[in-house]
Amino acid sequence: MIEAKGLVKRFDEFEAVRDVSLQVKKGELVALLGPNGAGKTTTVRMLSAILTPTEGEAWINGFNVRTEQDEVRRSIGMLTEQPGLYQRMTGMEYLLFYGRVYGLGDDLIRRRCRELFARFAMGGAEERRLGTYSKGMKQKAGLIRAMMHDPAVLLLDEPTSAMDPHSAKLVRDAINQLRVDERAVILCTHNLAEAELLADRIAIIKQGQIVAGGTVADLKQQLLGWPLLEVRVDKVVNGEVGELAELVQIEKVMGDRIRYRTADPARTNPQLVRRLDDLGLGVVTLHEVPQSLEEVYLRVVAGNDELAHQQGGQA
Amino acid sequence: MTTLTQETKKEKEVIGWGERWGRLRFDMRMALIVMQRELVDSARDWRILIPIILLTFGFPVLMNFAVRQIISFSATYGGDIVAERLIPLLLLLVGFFPATFCLVIALETFVGEKERKSLEPLLSTPLTNLQLYVGKMMAAVAPPLVASYVGIGAYVLSLMQRIDWQIDFQLLVLVLLLTTVQAVMMVAAAVVVSSQTTSVRASNLLASFIIIPITFLIQAEAAAMFWGNISGLWWLLLALMITTGIFIRMGVNIFNREELLGRDIDHIRAGWAFGVFWERFTGRGAEGYPSLSQWFRGTFAILSQLRQPAMVLLVGMVLAMVFGAVMADEYQVPAELKATFLEDGLQQNLDELQLVARQLPLTIFLRNVRALAASTLLGIFTFGVLSVFGFVLPWILLSFLAAQLVGTGLNPVVFFAAAVAPHGILELPALLLTAAAALRWHTGIIAPPPHRTVSENWLLAAADFGRVFVALVIPMLFVSAFIEGYVTPLVVIAVYGG
Repeated sequence: MIEAKGLVKRFDEFEAVRDVSLQVKKGELVALLGPNGAGKTTTVRMLSAILTPTEGEAWINGFNVRTEQDEVRRSIGMLTEQPGLYQRMTGMEYLLFYGRVYGLGDDLIRRRCRELFARFAMGGAEERRLGTYSKGMKQKAGLIRAMMHDPAVLLLDEPTSAMDPHSAKLVRDAINQLRVDERAVILCTHNLAEAELLADRIAIIKQGQIVAGGTVADLKQQLLGWPLLEVRVDKVVNGEVGELAELVQIEKVMGDRIRYRTADPARTNPQLVRRLDDLGLGVVTLHEVPQSLEEVYLRVVAGNDELAHQQGGQA
Repeated sequence: MTTLTQETKKEKEVIGWGERWGRLRFDMRMALIVMQRELVDSARDWRILIPIILLTFGFPVLMNFAVRQIISFSATYGGDIVAERLIPLLLLLVGFFPATFCLVIALETFVGEKERKSLEPLLSTPLTNLQLYVGKMMAAVAPPLVASYVGIGAYVLSLMQRIDWQIDFQLLVLVLLLTTVQAVMMVAAAVVVSSQTTSVRASNLLASFIIIPITFLIQAEAAAMFWGNISGLWWLLLALMITTGIFIRMGVNIFNREELLGRDIDHIRAGWAFGVFWERFTGRGAEGYPSLSQWFRGTFAILSQLRQPAMVLLVGMVLAMVFGAVMADEYQVPAELKATFLEDGLQQNLDELQLVARQLPLTIFLRNVRALAASTLLGIFTFGVLSVFGFVLPWILLSFLAAQLVGTGLNPVVFFAAAVAPHGILELPALLLTAAAALRWHTGIIAPPPHRTVSENWLLAAADFGRVFVALVIPMLFVSAFIEGYVTPLVVIAVYGG
């Protein structure tokens, strides 16, 4: 559905995007993460045939972004970071305009408009001027515009920004539905929790380059190492830790709790429990310490560039 | 990003007339969808609507009142002609004022969308650059023009009713056409301005580049009307149509997705601009600066790119010579002035020439450099028109002079061979080189190649001009000035001094 190979975009002497390659299949959602000015928007603009790549190729729904621009634009629905609505038009007039541009009949546009407004809990607001909408409603109206012509590919930039939790949930549900409907979606976001929740795969972009990519689990393992586990025992741990080092990699000891890492928890944990028992330490709890996507992101974006380069390059 | 020209070219290659007609209808349908949306937007903006309504209905009433006052005033003091000439002028103004709103709407519709971030969603649709451009152009032009026509109609009808004024049909057509072309020109120019800015504020500032020339234009039209030279306004209309065509051509090139969204910066990038210019001017590449001989070779290579503008200038030269001859036929030099070319007059001239000429070379050189630099700089603001004018003017004068010489009995060929050719052999080619490089530079912004931006193309052509001027023109002018100071007088004296 979406395939990009070695995309490069230069503006005069400035290289905004450097050798970006990614692939998004039908029913798949890839989140594009990165700091401001990393090249996410330029990448999306190239994929939507608004900007022509300086180098590299990309195909959207089988159409080349250089040579089949009309078809590419017909195949995509795009939500920009700021929805960019026409404030003096009503929601219905706005969608009638966009629907007509995509060649849809007025009856179909009206039907779809009401259906989508209702789906995003905005039923009845379609006859109000867009200037009277709240920020969240505007964002949803922008999303409705992107979904209006039922495109095969959706490029969504910060779809839930400025939304209250209920609206954000509605939008996330709608995005999940897109996946069920076999649409290919690229989601640009700074909301890492949302990316973790929605994305099948993540691509972290920094200084115009994809520096890390894969599933959330893969990224965590690649960038944060083996799973981090914590065992709590029935008394304060003293010198016994040395006895455990041959089994696991000890990270930290905090009173009655030991944090450790192991490559194969299924095999090692029973051995560890037995060993603790032998040492006279009764196991109270044992669980995996959750490591967030944020840690991965910060590791990649804020530092450890070398590691990131080794892991990344392709999403 | 393909430009509209490329899109059109591509289509011409693959589709026949039938399909092309279908495509045209489709393009118009899409443009009308865009126009309709823009009109709805404008119709709901009181900042646009109220002034247009006031100007459409209030201004003709005011002008009508003014006309009646002027008629009564001029009747009292016997200045009927003033009133007679003022009525058509006010007709022009009644049409012009509502039409100026084209500029406001155009800036709002083109750069306003960019500023409000509503342009990107629009650019992500299948609408082509051409459909968007035409739709927005029509939306910017239509409401003010309708207002202008209504205003003109109201003014004419009320004068017919009140003072029984009968409008000349030619005048009415001319005013309607002038108003229409001016409106389209303002919008076309606004597109060019909009493409170079990212905010309405900045575009309003840049719009002074449109408003100031339009003000001069209106003054010229007013002068023509007062002079009673209505037919002269047809020439003005023609010039406006050509200028509008140039602006539309520029707009069509500039209004593409890459230009509109690829550049979000509108501050002056002096370092970048200087870098582009300097690299081209000096020929500095990855291996550093070229040697002087390499630099000169590079400069000679630029000459091949001046072929097209040089051809245009040569055609202009021929036309200028014809024009000079026609003028000479129409406006004969007075007999006493002609006498200065003959016998005693000629001898006296030669004596003076001998005295003065040898002190002149540096003055001649500086004057020539100054004149060429001035016409080149003025050409920047006129798409090269004044550069061309600077080139053709000497030819008009030479042709005029030649034709006058025929009337005195002197052989013009001998005269020019003696008085012009010795230094002209270098000076005139220098003039041609300057004008051709300047024309290429100034028109470079009309249609830059697809891989270059307007500013980049302009800077590169400016650097090319600089190279040609420094490497070739200045030395040629320097040598020719010395020939003009030392050799030409001797030749003239040898031929005519007896």
